[in-house]
Amino acid sequence: MIGYILRRLLIAIPVLIGVLVVVFLLIRLVPGEPCTAMLGERATPEACAQFNEANGFNEPVLVQLALYAGNVINGDFGESIRFSRPVGDIIIERLPVTLELTIAALTVAVVVGIPLGVMAARRHNSAADVAAMTFANVGVSMPIFWLGLLLAYLFAVVLLGTPFALPPSGSLSPGVRPLPFYEVWGWEISEDGFGSTVAEFISNMTVTNALISAQWAIFWDGVQHLILPAITLATIPMAIIARMTRSSLLDVLGRDYIRTARAKGAVERRVVRRHALRNAMLPVVTIIGLQLGLLLGGAVLTETVFGLAGVGTALFEAINARDFPIIQGFTVVIAATYVIVNLLVDISYGYFDPRVRLE
Amino acid sequence: MTLGEAEMSLRPDVAVPDPESLLEQPGSVWRIAARRFFQRKVGIAGLILVTFMILVAIFAPLIAPYDPYQNFIGQSGAERWLPPCVNAFGCEGTQHLFGLDGNVRDFFSRVVYAARVSLPLGFTVVIITIVIGTVIGAIAGYAGGWSDNVMMRIMDVVLGFPSLILAIAIVFVLGPGLRNTLLAITIVTIPQYARVMRASVLSVKEVDYVSASRALGAPPWKVLVTRVVPNALTPLVVLGTLGIATVILEAAALGFLGLGAQPPTPEWGSMLAAERDRIFTAPHLMIFPGLAIMITVLGFNLMGDGLRDALDPTLNK
Repeated sequence: MIGYILRRLLIAIPVLIGVLVVVFLLIRLVPGEPCTAMLGERATPEACAQFNEANGFNEPVLVQLALYAGNVINGDFGESIRFSRPVGDIIIERLPVTLELTIAALTVAVVVGIPLGVMAARRHNSAADVAAMTFANVGVSMPIFWLGLLLAYLFAVVLLGTPFALPPSGSLSPGVRPLPFYEVWGWEISEDGFGSTVAEFISNMTVTNALISAQWAIFWDGVQHLILPAITLATIPMAIIARMTRSSLLDVLGRDYIRTARAKGAVERRVVRRHALRNAMLPVVTIIGLQLGLLLGGAVLTETVFGLAGVGTALFEAINARDFPIIQGFTVVIAATYVIVNLLVDISYGYFDPRVRLE
Repeated sequence: MTLGEAEMSLRPDVAVPDPESLLEQPGSVWRIAARRFFQRKVGIAGLILVTFMILVAIFAPLIAPYDPYQNFIGQSGAERWLPPCVNAFGCEGTQHLFGLDGNVRDFFSRVVYAARVSLPLGFTVVIITIVIGTVIGAIAGYAGGWSDNVMMRIMDVVLGFPSLILAIAIVFVLGPGLRNTLLAITIVTIPQYARVMRASVLSVKEVDYVSASRALGAPPWKVLVTRVVPNALTPLVVLGTLGIATVILEAAALGFLGLGAQPPTPEWGSMLAAERDRIFTAPHLMIFPGLAIMITVLGFNLMGDGLRDALDPTLNK
């Protein structure tokens, strides 16, 4: 197992380095001088000279790359042009919002998708099966930004005034100011250092923060704001998980040992749960891992639709404002998150299926 | 990634037909596949939807009652965000099936003409991707060694990004627009095809007729081009059909973010973006472009599923 993990790491590290290099070079492919691209067309030559000096643009490209890589490893992503703040600080504000949304969406997708697939497989070719698979096919064909707009219209306009009404934008109602959990707990946290970064990061996950510090009103408000974006983002993975569960379970239910289990008189429920489902779950676990890229890309669209202040909206706003350091930093962070999560999925796969380790 | 693509990435060799399993049936591999395709409802449903959208795109000037750029300002009853007016349903004004948009243009004509943007884009990207993916995958799989390693590691790096994020970054660098959308989506899609082609070539290159061709003294490039590639292409055909769906969705997403087709070009994603602030007052402007995307994407997804089932030797019973 350790050898397998090491081999996986050896594959992931060059990919991470490659990602960093690609993003770095991509930003340098923007036509024109970086100075006029970032400061605007009317930047004076003096301002440009100063800007180039301050950002190291006078150095050879390889030196710049090495400097940038070194900075990134130390957690320094440069400074945003628009906000004049370190990009790292903005990441700590924004990434938790996206992570919370992604985790919520993945939870919805798994909790709904797997039972849906199991039901479809157990009643193979029944009306319920056809309905579930039609739902899956339609769900996967909808543009999620459109689904988001439809849900917002349905829950914020059509159902307005009913108990089912849900807020269409933001992560909390206006004026609601949650306390960070460490203040509620009365922790003293020093300004700098790793501990305060982690505490800050966790406190920016609105719902989680409210939950662990027992601010129930804010927790409920946050959950209500999270429902629509989470359902929107969950739809495609849910459909994929449901279909994968169905086809995998159908495959397993046709095997000899299932017939044996049935022959010795086991109840159908027990056959499915104890014998079939466990073996059918392996491809489902893989497919769940594969959804993460989709979720991170979809988060950009979902956040834009629901006005959530996550990584996606930050990236989107930075593109419109041509805020290069943010674009560069956020792209690297998103891709790195993706590579690391995929690494974890690979490792867990090796844990569940020992055969994989030998490849 | 769509349902079918996700499954293909788990079992990339699933659609390589085993020539021996097909011997019992008369006719060529493709004729058998066609017969099986038409035996299943899913594929036919997809084919109908796709044909419908292609016909809409081709005959857009005949279907659309107005020029998609024509402005109705000043005409009686015409106002911004006018709800749909269908004469058959008792509306007495000028007929606008999907209403008017924020620039007082006939929305139905715009939705119809937008098919001429999304469908060609989908086909173009997938054709380019299949060609480049085949070349990379075939060389990597057949040659092996360092060229395999170098090419596949580059593909790994591209796959290291969530595809939409990389596409956004590329379009940002190149500048927004339809041509750059096409280029960006092509770049982020190639690795998947190259990988599937490589896996397919690896499974085909050890087959007896390839060894026979090699033993007869055919040069490696000739074996690759005439024996290996044609027999390894099947999975790419399936992936390509499903891929058009993904490409259309991604192009619409870029359009929605303002990075794709630029106004006034009618394009479903950017039409949704232009009117998204009106969702609470003019929901019709939001429903129809999305519906058009969904029908197109659903069509290609179902057709791809049907094709895969038809070409899957494990179902050959």
